[in-house]
Amino acid sequence: MNLHEYQGKEILKRFGVGIQEGMVAETVEEAIQGYKKLREETGSEWAVVKAQIHAGGRGKGGGVKLAKNEGDLREHAGNILGMMLKTPQTPGGMNGAGKLVRKILIAEDAYRPDFDACKEFYVSILMDRETKRNVVIYSTEGGMDIEKVAEETPHLVHKEYVDPALGFQAFQARKIAFNLGLSGKAFKEMVSFITKLYTAFLGVDATLFEINPCLKTADDRIIAVDSKVSIDDNALFRHPDLEAMRDISEEDPTEVEAKEFDLNYVNLDGNVGCMVNGAGLAMATMDIIKLSGGEPANFLDVGGTADAHRVANAFRIILKDDRVKAILINIFGGIVRCDRVAQGVIDAYNTLGNIHVPIIVRLQGTNADIAKELIDKSGLAVQSAIELKEAADLVKKALG
Amino acid sequence: MSVLVNKDSRIIVQGYTGKEGTFHATQMIEYGTNVVGGVTPGKGGTEHLDRPVFNTVLDAVQKAGADTSVIFVPPAFAADAIMEAAEAGIKVIICITEGIPVQDMVKVKAYLRDKDCRLIGPNCPGVITPDEAKCGIMPGFIHRKGTIGIVSRSGTLTYEAVDQVTKVGLGQSTCIGIGGDPIPGTTTKEAVQLLMEDPGTEGIIMIGEIGGGMEAEAAYYIKEHGTKPVVGFIAGQTAPKGRKMGHAGAIIGGKDDTAAAKMAIMQACGIHVVNSPAEIGSTMLRVMKK
Repeated sequence: MNLHEYQGKEILKRFGVGIQEGMVAETVEEAIQGYKKLREETGSEWAVVKAQIHAGGRGKGGGVKLAKNEGDLREHAGNILGMMLKTPQTPGGMNGAGKLVRKILIAEDAYRPDFDACKEFYVSILMDRETKRNVVIYSTEGGMDIEKVAEETPHLVHKEYVDPALGFQAFQARKIAFNLGLSGKAFKEMVSFITKLYTAFLGVDATLFEINPCLKTADDRIIAVDSKVSIDDNALFRHPDLEAMRDISEEDPTEVEAKEFDLNYVNLDGNVGCMVNGAGLAMATMDIIKLSGGEPANFLDVGGTADAHRVANAFRIILKDDRVKAILINIFGGIVRCDRVAQGVIDAYNTLGNIHVPIIVRLQGTNADIAKELIDKSGLAVQSAIELKEAADLVKKALG
Repeated sequence: MSVLVNKDSRIIVQGYTGKEGTFHATQMIEYGTNVVGGVTPGKGGTEHLDRPVFNTVLDAVQKAGADTSVIFVPPAFAADAIMEAAEAGIKVIICITEGIPVQDMVKVKAYLRDKDCRLIGPNCPGVITPDEAKCGIMPGFIHRKGTIGIVSRSGTLTYEAVDQVTKVGLGQSTCIGIGGDPIPGTTTKEAVQLLMEDPGTEGIIMIGEIGGGMEAEAAYYIKEHGTKPVVGFIAGQTAPKGRKMGHAGAIIGGKDDTAAAKMAIMQACGIHVVNSPAEIGSTMLRVMKK
């Protein structure tokens, strides 16, 4: 589960990690109120308006603006709230439709009073699949695209692996602060920042913390100016407060609906819908569609119990996409009996009425023969197959 | 011959009396698997499915001689169940549970470092040696005893491969579902190595998917040490970047995570890579006839 910048910062603050302070706003009036409060606290007229969407590169699309007075702030807040913000990471990139900005963060200008005395760093924490350990990745090259830094100047990207049994050690925090070229107060601040950041990472069961930039201020404090936080979905059961931070308006509405029916669905751009039991077989089915000359319109894992109710909901969700020209249902019945799935397909078909695209059903495994007979006798415009190869050929024919 | 489990394995089920545990233990017993009991804390001393229930795994090891455990414990308690089995001296721990928090698995992996045991899974269908032991949730009837070993990160896609292998007239030595999580107890390479060293296995099918570097690691091992033909398939050739495809571990981060990158490495290492999942069985047959 991804969080907004302001939510990530709330979490950091809770664990004592220094942040760029700010107030979130959904209207221009709220933004002005937040600005006034911030002005009182910081004593500065300057503030930054930052669009809150689940995508990076917000500055490139005009989603981050500096306001030097109240008038500026009103103008920027008005422009950014409600805009369709395009960034390299929103769907379709800078040429796509962009994402609607519903919230903005009014943040202090952390670079004041002496911009040149500030220094930006990069810090992230994630689980490294290869070593099966958490790793702190850091660099002196803050505020930039870290993948580019890693490619062009790999010696500037450092990694510190953490022993799971012992946890993050003080010497590791010191090593990081030294490698970032810090001394004196800033060094001590960084040691504290990194240590608390790691505690926060574990405390909220995060899968990613990315602080870019992480800033050394003119008065040698270390703060997070941006935050990208992802939480492990599998661990949300022990963090109900974080679950409440989920912003479903940032997610694909069809995917949100699918989740309500316990369907694992990912929307794609193709013309052949599919419904499969099991994630690996679902991916393999998408590949079959491609090899048959089509493009998968979705990933959909119906899970272990493909009864009529779930099949009907899956059908409805797939058919919402009017680019879908055919549907391939691929079920390998193990514990699930194919005849029950077939009955589910027939019932769902009858409930939904006129389905205008060809449907190819491939049922294999437990009771596959009975299932094929059920479908063939149902009189529905459904083509059935038993072998995967047959199903692929039927898809090819349907796309004709 | 076979690997990991056979007719002499002394198998227990953790989460024995729960709904999932009961259902699948029943299927395992019907298949002829040597289930010697189960563990449900607080129900020790009773009987379930005509077998003893123990409070702890250690009890099951000491009183029933258990050496293999199949875990059906809910995600919040599964990491604990794995560590309990390892501490009690279980040699093969097979964790079926899906949805274990990743940081729990980081701890489990560290805990198992100096233990003499092997963890398979989590989030996997289990391990089966046809006609001997079914340790998991796979449908038993599609399997046939034979000489092809199968390693896979997926459940139903493994069944698909098994079914094709059976239908072309070959059978399986042991099928190992290593699971779809980012931190698996046993990696693709480790599972391939087990089969490579098994005298009863003559050919290997390796099924991977997008995300992580396990298939490349296995491919390099095969290139160096392979003595048997290997057929490979990678699911997710059409998966978009940055989206989780059902399995927690199936996500393309960098360019090495893609199906195309993995398939190229596998091909270069001498693996018979198939583009279509419909051709796994027929390719294995063709390769075995050579």
